[in-house]
Amino acid sequence: MITFILKKLGKLAALLAAISILSFILISYSPVDPVRSYIGAEISRISPEQQKNIEQYWGLNQSKPQQFLQWAKALTQGNLGTSLIYREPVSEIIIDRFSASIALMGLAWLFSGVFGFLLGILAGMNEGSLLDRLIKSYCFILASTPSFWLGLLLLMFFASWLGWFPVGLASPAGSLTGEVSFADKINHLFLPVLTLSIVGVAGVALHTREKLIEVLNSEFIRFARAKGESGIKLFWRHGLRNISLPAISLHFASFGELFGGAVLTEQVFSYPGLGQAVVKAGLGGDVPLLLGITLFSVIFIFVGNFIADLLYVVIDPRMQIKPSHD
Amino acid sequence: MEKLKKIPFSETKEMKSLLEVKDFSLSFPQYKKGFRESYIEVIKDFELTIHPGEIVAVVGSSGSGKSLLADSLLGILPENAEIKGKIYFEGVALTAKRQQQIRGKEISLIPQSVMALDPLMKTGQQVQSSIQNKKEKKRIQKEAFQKLGLPKDTHKKYPFELSGGMARRVLIATAMVSEAKLIIADEPTPGLDEQALEETLTHIKQLSENDRGMMFITHDIHAALKIADRIAVFYGGETVEIANNEDFLGKGENLRHPYTKALWRALPENDFKALKGNQPEAGEVFPGCVFEPRCPIATDFCKKNKPKSAMVNNGIVRCFYAES
Repeated sequence: MITFILKKLGKLAALLAAISILSFILISYSPVDPVRSYIGAEISRISPEQQKNIEQYWGLNQSKPQQFLQWAKALTQGNLGTSLIYREPVSEIIIDRFSASIALMGLAWLFSGVFGFLLGILAGMNEGSLLDRLIKSYCFILASTPSFWLGLLLLMFFASWLGWFPVGLASPAGSLTGEVSFADKINHLFLPVLTLSIVGVAGVALHTREKLIEVLNSEFIRFARAKGESGIKLFWRHGLRNISLPAISLHFASFGELFGGAVLTEQVFSYPGLGQAVVKAGLGGDVPLLLGITLFSVIFIFVGNFIADLLYVVIDPRMQIKPSHD
Repeated sequence: MEKLKKIPFSETKEMKSLLEVKDFSLSFPQYKKGFRESYIEVIKDFELTIHPGEIVAVVGSSGSGKSLLADSLLGILPENAEIKGKIYFEGVALTAKRQQQIRGKEISLIPQSVMALDPLMKTGQQVQSSIQNKKEKKRIQKEAFQKLGLPKDTHKKYPFELSGGMARRVLIATAMVSEAKLIIADEPTPGLDEQALEETLTHIKQLSENDRGMMFITHDIHAALKIADRIAVFYGGETVEIANNEDFLGKGENLRHPYTKALWRALPENDFKALKGNQPEAGEVFPGCVFEPRCPIATDFCKKNKPKSAMVNNGIVRCFYAES
């Protein structure tokens, strides 16, 4: 088990190294001029000599590999740099933003998982029925629905027409941190969470449906029925076990889509989370923040996949780790 | 024709039967473009009687609907299946409701494939679930495993940890621990080598002790002859003959139906000559005898008339030209 975890951690390190090199190359060739974006609108007030000085100070006149090594060295010491837009250390922004995002993503992840699983079971149990076809078409439509578009629709309907929920942000505009109540937070979270949950349902539901149909047609269900088991008992003993593990693993492995969905959804709802920050960083040429969030998202998605792998190993008796090979 | 010599099956006096199946047919609706077009008859005019302590083999080639026969007796057919005919278990009609009550308890199945074990449940637990006596289930399961020569720690293992032979013995154990009076073994010996086959058959034979009856479904006539008292030959969804084990002798002179004779002669140790042609597909309808297209002794009469089952020489046959 320990070797398994260590191997995975080694893979994570390699992945992070590769991603940082790749993103560094991409950003260094992008048209974003760090000095220009650092100074912003006041660029005209600064003489070219002063600009040269800043470039020198930042080491921009060094070769690219040298620049990378410098950045990587700072990175290993835990220094992600300072955000140009927010004028705060990148690590602090990530922690701050992520704590807002985690509520959104966590709730959406939970709801989409639970509802997707239930819908999948309903459809699978009634394969070929009207209910099954309804759930299936619903999932196919959802699977091809962009989250930002759905977010806009929900905003139009619930926030603009019905006025039930606020149009954006994580708390009422103009209120101090201490004044924000729990109800306020929920109120602001509702639509973004709904958007992300609705979109996330499709994958789990379709997968669970497929798996359940496969299990129900299996030899061991026939045998269990021949042994006199039926109904809920049969489903509980033989059905649920065999479909829940793949569903849970799949859901953990969907952290990537969750993160991608959150980026767009947070943008639509102006929700101050990590997703919104990454969009701002990209558009505003905030290189340290962009790189920081990229690396963070790698870790986040990796953790999801890692948990999925681990669950299989821990729960499924068939997936025992063989120390001899691999 | 020697019709006079035959006594209709229904009039024979039999000892108390465990299972009696009469005029049984099984069909599935066939849909074409969304409309119910017709029914495909998979099993028709099936008859069989099993007495306590008796092993009756149902021999038929693959795809002749043998497994569906097992499912019909257990009442676990797909919902769209339609069945007709009479099934009696211990003299009382076996209705769907009764099937639900007694399956696993009084009628037990030994499935064909080792995939019939739930991959995520320990074998001991799976066997224990079919033990009626809940207090003693651990002991009973242990004893059964011991009797079948399974290692002591087998009950703690998952199916994937067992070899094919061990898994097969676990399946037999489920039938052994149940208090079933009738055991349906659905091809329990697929593709086994000589030694494994011998071993499995011995275990299965053990099950028929204590006056249990057994229906042994197989395509392997050798296996059937090794343990069965009587052999029902299944062709095109029908029972064409029910012969006694002793009838399979020499060139098959004692056998009644031309198909059974052909099966017997096709064996390597006999003539090793296979009959030409194939079994009819499910759903093919014959106005006459189902075997007529391949029958070496068929006449025009067989083309137009369906032979009824009749008692010939202490066996049952469905042929106009069966001689005693």
